[in-house]
Amino acid sequence: MSTLDIIKEKEAPATQATTTELTGSQAVLEAFLAEGVNTFFGYPGGAIMPIYDALYDYRDKLNHILVRHEQGGIHAAQGFARTSGKVGVVFATSGPGATNLITGLADAMIDSTPLVCITGQVFAHLLGTDAFQETDVINITTPVTKWNYQVTDASEIPAVLAKAFYIARTGRPGPVLIDITKNAQMQKFNYEGYTPCTHIRSYRPYPKVRNEYIEAAAALINEAKRPFVLFGQGVILGEAEAEFKAFIEKSGIPAAWTLLGLSALPTDHPLNVGMLGMHGNYGPNVLTNECDVLIAIGMRFDDRVTGRLDKYAKQAKIIHLDIDPAEIDKNVKAEVPVWGDCKETLPMLTKLVKAGDHKEWLQRFRDMEKQEVEAVIHEELNPSTETLTMGEVLKVLNELTNGDAVVVTDVGQHQMVACRYAKFNQTRSNVTSGGLGTMGFALPAAVGAKFGAPERTVVAIAGDGGIQMTIQELGTIMQFKVGVKLIILNNQFLGMVRQWQQLFNDKRYSFVDITSPDFIAVAKGYYIEGQRISARENLKQALKTMLDHDGAYVLEIMVGKENNVFPMVPQGCGVSEIRLK
Amino acid sequence: MEKQEYTITVYTENQVGLLNRIAIMFSRRKINIESLNTSPSEIEGIHRFTIVVNETEDVLRKLVRQIEKQVDILKAEYSTNDEVIYQELALYKVPTDAIAEKAKVERLLREYGARAIVIRKDYIVFETSGTREEINRLVTALEPYGLMEFVRSGRVAIIKASMGFHEKLKEFEQKERSEEVAENEYLGQQDHVFTM
Repeated sequence: MSTLDIIKEKEAPATQATTTELTGSQAVLEAFLAEGVNTFFGYPGGAIMPIYDALYDYRDKLNHILVRHEQGGIHAAQGFARTSGKVGVVFATSGPGATNLITGLADAMIDSTPLVCITGQVFAHLLGTDAFQETDVINITTPVTKWNYQVTDASEIPAVLAKAFYIARTGRPGPVLIDITKNAQMQKFNYEGYTPCTHIRSYRPYPKVRNEYIEAAAALINEAKRPFVLFGQGVILGEAEAEFKAFIEKSGIPAAWTLLGLSALPTDHPLNVGMLGMHGNYGPNVLTNECDVLIAIGMRFDDRVTGRLDKYAKQAKIIHLDIDPAEIDKNVKAEVPVWGDCKETLPMLTKLVKAGDHKEWLQRFRDMEKQEVEAVIHEELNPSTETLTMGEVLKVLNELTNGDAVVVTDVGQHQMVACRYAKFNQTRSNVTSGGLGTMGFALPAAVGAKFGAPERTVVAIAGDGGIQMTIQELGTIMQFKVGVKLIILNNQFLGMVRQWQQLFNDKRYSFVDITSPDFIAVAKGYYIEGQRISARENLKQALKTMLDHDGAYVLEIMVGKENNVFPMVPQGCGVSEIRLK
Repeated sequence: MEKQEYTITVYTENQVGLLNRIAIMFSRRKINIESLNTSPSEIEGIHRFTIVVNETEDVLRKLVRQIEKQVDILKAEYSTNDEVIYQELALYKVPTDAIAEKAKVERLLREYGARAIVIRKDYIVFETSGTREEINRLVTALEPYGLMEFVRSGRVAIIKASMGFHEKLKEFEQKERSEEVAENEYLGQQDHVFTM
């Protein structure tokens, strides 16, 4: 807190004292307790000090994790939400504290992560005066929040917080930001208890599912010769993994996942045919343009999934199940829109679809998988060269974790490789920044993921570029003894951009050659154990050492400098134009 | 798809910041707002935005769904000019001399249904309402007489087929889920859009 702020503090008018029970700050924390929040992340500052002061008395009930940067705080809240299924919560102060949340808000908005962010704000009487650490956080965050609200009076807090949690977690989840002026945090008011919000008249998170759509969808599926299911994170967010499995198992339809749908269905499930999109598997991409009915479940036809839209599944009749009506017909026209929560719509559909199998059709996927193994996967996982590949790291990691770990990835080549090759047995195991592609996501998100699933092994995988964007969160890991295992796949390049420059810019490597510090020395500086390896013979032992180590560990693995991620649907191409090399 | 003029009608809660939340949805897509009016509606506490844009129907349909999705927005719909009854209001400031000396102007004003709302020694302010074309025609007609100032309001529009918002609101206020109508070519319901 600066001197200037302390002076302003003294100049502030006395707050309106009433015959009260609580201050605004206490009301915020009471709301947390009522909403079942136990762990949250934050960074204090002048404008949020009253809340932090109140927090001092709630230390035994609420677990606050002091991060090293607000961006780290919000990514941690995201990781927490993604592994626990609960709402992630983050605190930041006004001004720079609030602006540091923007990247995480944008990330959570596009990846539908339920968050409640509380920002401190200058005294209400200073709003609009360019006061110290004042930013117009409401207007800055409007495009990247599902809802936001500024509180200037403490009595609003219980109802506003109830609304915030309700909006964040219902319907299509998303981030909510509540900006609370300092006077409202300090003001005492008559607290009448906390009533959770269950209805907002202008907000319809639970559409009534209409039977005729279910019937129309079932009729299409029952007539289909080559039906194909695409599933996304909607299955996970709707907690509909069992319902989804029941649907595909009864109908026998092959299913492929989007980046965020990964882990909703076990990797080795016989109907799981792999990953969609730009760096997805060969079969799912090519056969998207050969299926006759495409059933999209909780996914939004992102451009990385569809490639060129005018060459996407033109032959197929499309059934689109989504909770967000604005997603239906947004990118791809649906023959049958099924607006609703897939936890509700899938069982209705399962009841009406005929039991069957599509053996021959499924075999097409398996045949193409063989082609992909021959052309790409075998060499990636069992390289003939001396240098290590990212794929073989994942292969050994799978062997050691049995597919039970949570894998948190950063953004870039390693992300695509990790998502392509990591094996998962249980849901909520893949935490990655899909829609926004936020470099620097992995380390802080892994911190949150570990708090969200403390009993599970959490492995963060980052590249040498992304890790340097939020490396300060090693401090959080150090202070709170967060048992995150960090693998840095170091190819000494900003690999994904380099790959594009190689393929599309005549190898003009413009500013992708990134120099790194001695990551192990850095980790040691944070009192975190680690080692660097570059030889194949050390790989298994090093990973085993990392996993067996009690607590956090940093393993830097030097991998091939100019390896590329394939297959690839080049930008501007259709999904069937996927390149194997 | 051809671009044409559409009127978007949005029913909202009366909340600070909503104008910005709606406006940025247009600017993000680089859609120019031709006119915007916000006013109370027939229901206490519910506001009505009337927004005019030139766009293709495809863009409009997606945009309106994104608008309607926002918390604090009850309903959003779009209409072609044929589907609404609409008016704009305009004020014209003309030098008094010109009016006093040239009877033509008086006739002109009567013809356009304009009325004087301020009469001063140096200028007179007329007011008229009508379609944009009618208002523009009067601008053209007054220009030779030294039109000093001219201002036009945003469009206000009544949807011909609408029965108002009272019934819909009752549905929104119920905690139980209600029947919804969705656009679905498959079921031949092209004349409806999703409502939330």
